[in-house]
Amino acid sequence: MSTPEGAAAPGGVLLDVRGLHAGYGEIKVLHGLDFMVSAGGVTTLLGANGAGKTTTLRAISGMIRTSGDIVLAGAPIGGKATEAIAALGVAHVPDGRGTFMELTVEENLRLGAYTRRDNPAADMEKMFTYFPKLRQRFRQQAGTLSGGEQQMLAIARALMLRPRLLLLDEPSFGLAPLIVREIFEIMRTVIAQEGTSILVVEQNAALALAIADRAYLLETGRIVMSGPATEIRKDEAVRRSYLGY
Amino acid sequence: MDGLLHQVFSGLATGGIYASVALALVMIYQATHHINFAQGEMAMFSTYIALALINAGLPYWVAFAATLVFSFAMGAIIQRVLLQPLANAPVLALVGVFIGMMLIFNNTAGWIFSYTLKPFPSPFGEGGPMVGGMLSPHELGSTCVTLGVLLSVWAFFRFTRLGLAMRAAAYNPVSSQLVGIPVARMLALGWGLAAAIGAIAGMMVAPVVFLDPNMMAGVLLYAFAGALLGGITNPLGAVIGGFLVGVIENIGGAYIVGTGLKLSLALVIIVAVLVLKPSGLFGKTLASRV
Ligand SMILES: Nc1ncnc2c1ncn2[C@@H]1O[C@H](COP(=O)(O)OP(=O)(O)OP(=O)(O)O)[C@@H](O)[C@H]1O
Ligand SMILES: [Mg+2]
Repeated sequence: MSTPEGAAAPGGVLLDVRGLHAGYGEIKVLHGLDFMVSAGGVTTLLGANGAGKTTTLRAISGMIRTSGDIVLAGAPIGGKATEAIAALGVAHVPDGRGTFMELTVEENLRLGAYTRRDNPAADMEKMFTYFPKLRQRFRQQAGTLSGGEQQMLAIARALMLRPRLLLLDEPSFGLAPLIVREIFEIMRTVIAQEGTSILVVEQNAALALAIADRAYLLETGRIVMSGPATEIRKDEAVRRSYLGY
Repeated sequence: MDGLLHQVFSGLATGGIYASVALALVMIYQATHHINFAQGEMAMFSTYIALALINAGLPYWVAFAATLVFSFAMGAIIQRVLLQPLANAPVLALVGVFIGMMLIFNNTAGWIFSYTLKPFPSPFGEGGPMVGGMLSPHELGSTCVTLGVLLSVWAFFRFTRLGLAMRAAAYNPVSSQLVGIPVARMLALGWGLAAAIGAIAGMMVAPVVFLDPNMMAGVLLYAFAGALLGGITNPLGAVIGGFLVGVIENIGGAYIVGTGLKLSLALVIIVAVLVLKPSGLFGKTLASRV
């Protein structure tokens, strides 16, 4: 990890997390996690309800206090303010999507580009090619969108930051299977075209493993299994508990 | 008939003052869900600063601009120093702080500038009535100023990147931080802006009512009534509410309750809104599907 300017080379390590502890006040949730996201890669963090997936993403974004090392492209980001971490190129689609309900779709997208000083028009146009449904809703209040449209808006908002690392918290949550499939298809296109590095948290392991190249299995705040997504998919125990076949 | 029309016009002129203060209240309310009871006293204090600068020999508009800068800084510093540390404090603690601030500003102003009524100059001259005898030059001028302020504030929030970020920070602080907005700084900016708007209202009302440390107490009450009437969650509604209250106050004072009881109209409006339609005339009821 000695890339100049922190510009992680493709295939190099973009996010390196070691011995991560975090929790809420007295409650300890994460007990020393080690994991990484490679530059241009998609890593998934799988786990049941309450395993600590959301907490892990919050820790990376500086939303809660942590100890341990969180290194983004060679630079430690642990202890930095959330807005400073966003300015370093970490876009986070949080639990519950974080939509600005009272604002329009357009304003949501503009806010996504807040850390960038240039004109966001071109990127907005690109979002409409990825998510055509958003184009018709451009001037509409975001709170009036359907759940699926809101998830698309949340991902588009995050992409507007031109993130070097995209954090996705359960993009499939609460959506009909057909919509989920649509969103993951779009994600596949985005990954292919933008080469965005992604850390995606999911309960729906089959979906996540289909787009990821690397996977970690989280149980009550500890990583119990890790490896290439193709291998995790084949694992007998994972299949039984998380893939359901 | 002419008399009624006259009351409407001059009601709109005072309504502009209430609308400005109502807007300041709503801006803070949207960001923090608290009513800044000290908003009026802050405006009163700013007006004394303006008078001091004018008495020191500065031309009116230079003193005006300097007062805005002072008020903005005062608002931002109050947020940073006093309220930021109390971000997660219980509601009653904050109410205590607001009332404390109200008393401190009032007493400090009385102590420095004395409690006697002081005339405050109008930049629009004396002159006879204008607009077909309906408005004095000051009423016309101050209405133009308040309308100008309201329009600029609207344009700022609607069209600028910073204005959008401030709205976002008020609606959804967590998501705002995730897109890189420094939310604490936005709150301080909002307080600064609200204080500056209040200062303008103070400087516009002072030539009419004379300046004393209690000058803004009634204005704050009317502004609060206006904000509630229009909808405390809707800035535009609050502004319209402010104008309406100005007109209601004038007509009611002239024809119904008499000037002595005018202030009670504000209380009647406040109680009526809270009982009949707590969201106000234009309060938002957002249809959200999650
Ligand atoms: N704000 C909070 N305050 C206190 N405890 C919390 C808070 N948020 C989460 N926890 C606790 O932390 C643990 C991990 O929660 P977390 O939300 O990270 O799980 P998760 O893996 O994302 O679960 P899910 O799949 O249900 O979203 C749980 O025991 C939860 O009760
Ligand atoms: Mg979760």
